[in-house]
Amino acid sequence: MRIALLITCLVDGMFPDVASDTVTVLRRLGHEVDVPLAQSCCGQMHINTGYPRQAVPLIQRYVETFSSYDAVVAPSGSCIGSVRHQHADVARKAGLEGLAGLAEGVARRSYELSEFLVDVLGVTDVGASYPHRVTYHPTCHSLRMLRVGEKPLRLLRAVRGIDLVELPDAESCCGFGGTFALKNADVSAAMLTDKLDRVTETGATQLCASDSSCLMHLGGGLTRRQGPADSPNSIKTVHLASILASVEEPS
Amino acid sequence: MSTYLGLPSVRPPVAPAGVGLLSGDRPFPAAAKDALANEQLRRNLGAATRTIRTKRAKVVNEVPDWAQLRAAGAAIKDDVLAHLDEYLIQLEEQVVARGGVVHWARDATEANRIVTDLVQATGVRDVVKVKSMATQEIGLNEALAEAGISAWETDLAELIVQLADDKPSHILVPAIHRNRSEIREIFLREMGRAGLAADPGLTDDPKALAEAARQHLRRKFLEAEVAISGANFAIAATGTLAVVESEGNGRMCLTLPRVLITVMGVEKLLPTWRDLEVFLQLLPRSSTGERMNPYTSMWTGVTPGDGPQEFHLVLLDNGRTATLADPRGRSALRCIRCSACLNVCPVYERTGGHAYGSVYPGPIGAVLSPQLTGVQGGFNASLPFASSLCGACYDVCPVAIDIPSMLVHLRSEVVDAKAAEHRLPTPEAAMMRSVGWLMRGRRRWPLAVRALKLARPLGRILGRDGRISVAPPPLSAWTADRDLPLPAPESFRARWARDGDEMGRGKP
Repeated sequence: MRIALLITCLVDGMFPDVASDTVTVLRRLGHEVDVPLAQSCCGQMHINTGYPRQAVPLIQRYVETFSSYDAVVAPSGSCIGSVRHQHADVARKAGLEGLAGLAEGVARRSYELSEFLVDVLGVTDVGASYPHRVTYHPTCHSLRMLRVGEKPLRLLRAVRGIDLVELPDAESCCGFGGTFALKNADVSAAMLTDKLDRVTETGATQLCASDSSCLMHLGGGLTRRQGPADSPNSIKTVHLASILASVEEPS
Repeated sequence: MSTYLGLPSVRPPVAPAGVGLLSGDRPFPAAAKDALANEQLRRNLGAATRTIRTKRAKVVNEVPDWAQLRAAGAAIKDDVLAHLDEYLIQLEEQVVARGGVVHWARDATEANRIVTDLVQATGVRDVVKVKSMATQEIGLNEALAEAGISAWETDLAELIVQLADDKPSHILVPAIHRNRSEIREIFLREMGRAGLAADPGLTDDPKALAEAARQHLRRKFLEAEVAISGANFAIAATGTLAVVESEGNGRMCLTLPRVLITVMGVEKLLPTWRDLEVFLQLLPRSSTGERMNPYTSMWTGVTPGDGPQEFHLVLLDNGRTATLADPRGRSALRCIRCSACLNVCPVYERTGGHAYGSVYPGPIGAVLSPQLTGVQGGFNASLPFASSLCGACYDVCPVAIDIPSMLVHLRSEVVDAKAAEHRLPTPEAAMMRSVGWLMRGRRRWPLAVRALKLARPLGRILGRDGRISVAPPPLSAWTADRDLPLPAPESFRARWARDGDEMGRGKP
């Protein structure tokens, strides 16, 4: 199977370890991963902010870059949500029926990491080890656009040494919402406060999610609350891919 | 220009500005900021929405065919919308054949005039009202007051809102922003002005409050000669109107007075009685979290010697035809005003309804209000952005309105309207265009991503410990409440180009 990684913009420039960890997990499971560097953004920011025409060339690029692969995998429910639920629609709205058809084809083979591991590869135990107390926040787009359901939790439960604690009100939004975080910053921050209160209640030392964008928002709120991420008793954010990539350190 | 009903046309008119309550006096973020500062409001709302959404989830989960009911509800409403012209004529014929009178109102102004004229013709100065979103939408009470007519709300929560000279903040529970001690104070202070005063020893025990309202309203019901209602449904095949409610005030208003005037949005139609079966299951479970609502009143025209002897039906457009004209926005007209989307919305839960400016708040309001008024000019242009697109609203909608996709569609309408209004692109449009230009460049974008690390020294000046806590606009909105990480020292692309082949292979 020819697998391509969709890096996603935020991971590319801000959190490159998340992409490396995604590659690591897939390679450890014996799969070859390619990262076509012609890739760009999925276009979601433009689409969701009201500039769908700016996204058309990006959709075109996505289709060209990835159509020759059997599967596209991204460490983001949100970007894959855009690929699956918006690309063809935006192309159609722009009058590009041909592109819409091609986009639908590639979208069917595009997966968020947990979907790909559980549904396509049929794996829940990826051989990871992560001896930490972790709580998991299911991001909205993975939950309600992609319907990943329990898949990330099934993967996490199979991780050795992990102490996975349930997050109260897990399914309520963290308040990120892309440009919502800037346009309605006060509401976004109020949602963030409530989410972080719930996270703190769990006693977890790590907050896991499967989208770097939500994690950037959550992590930014955490460090603002508790000082630098490495101060004692502080809660760190961690991407699902990074937990799954972790293995026991040789003693 | 697009085509409409197969003919090239201009868009049908939107709801007129300055009439009724479809738009606020400032943009959502500004109104939301004030609401967020009100701790009492946030506690009241948080507790109330949590209670209702928990109840709803419980009673919805016990229906094995909920998904099919929901699909049926959507399909019936879509059929109504696709054949609205035929069903409306059918409804009019049936209502008239059974002794009712039908009036067509293009907008709020016309509807208010029609109702005012009808009340004036009876000679009475006081009318009782059944809770109705349509009459709130058009500002009917205010229009009647200008003509010297007092319209008394008889729904408990509407009564609270009216006595406090407040605005409703929720579709189903208009006084959701009030707690019981506030309600006690409102009753003690205001009831006497409106009719029977409250007992000075009134406590904030819910039973005592309900009893005070009951005494106060009983007199209104018995004195009323004219009632004004909305309608939840109208059956085109028979001309039957239906109101569902919990308190019995509706039943009183719909049966006791001599004259009944019903104001109804044109989209409230159902083709046949059989279709009602679907909605009488969907609505109560979605709205109050009950298996069945306590009162369902249905009436067909006029029955000599029984109930109102004069019945008027006012069919209201007020931007609905304009909404219908947009294939990507029209399914908002499926809405049955259950308010399930409000109760699950993380934004509504924290800001309450007033921040939306319109009588339709929350997720459905954010897609309906801007379509009814149009997004040009007024503050409703801010509403499609009042959402994190979390999707909770779509999941609970009993008629499957894809509110998140519609919000995204309306955002582009707002952007296009702004572009048409301004000769120069807005700063946001200019930025989006530049980023779009960068992103679609085969060489430009990889260079830009790799160059992001060059922002690190600047970030170090602005921040500490590898995080930026103060940033210039527009990022200042971010750093007001959260830190921003520094860009990575090396982009993933660069790392991949350097050692992509080895990545992940060294680990045991």
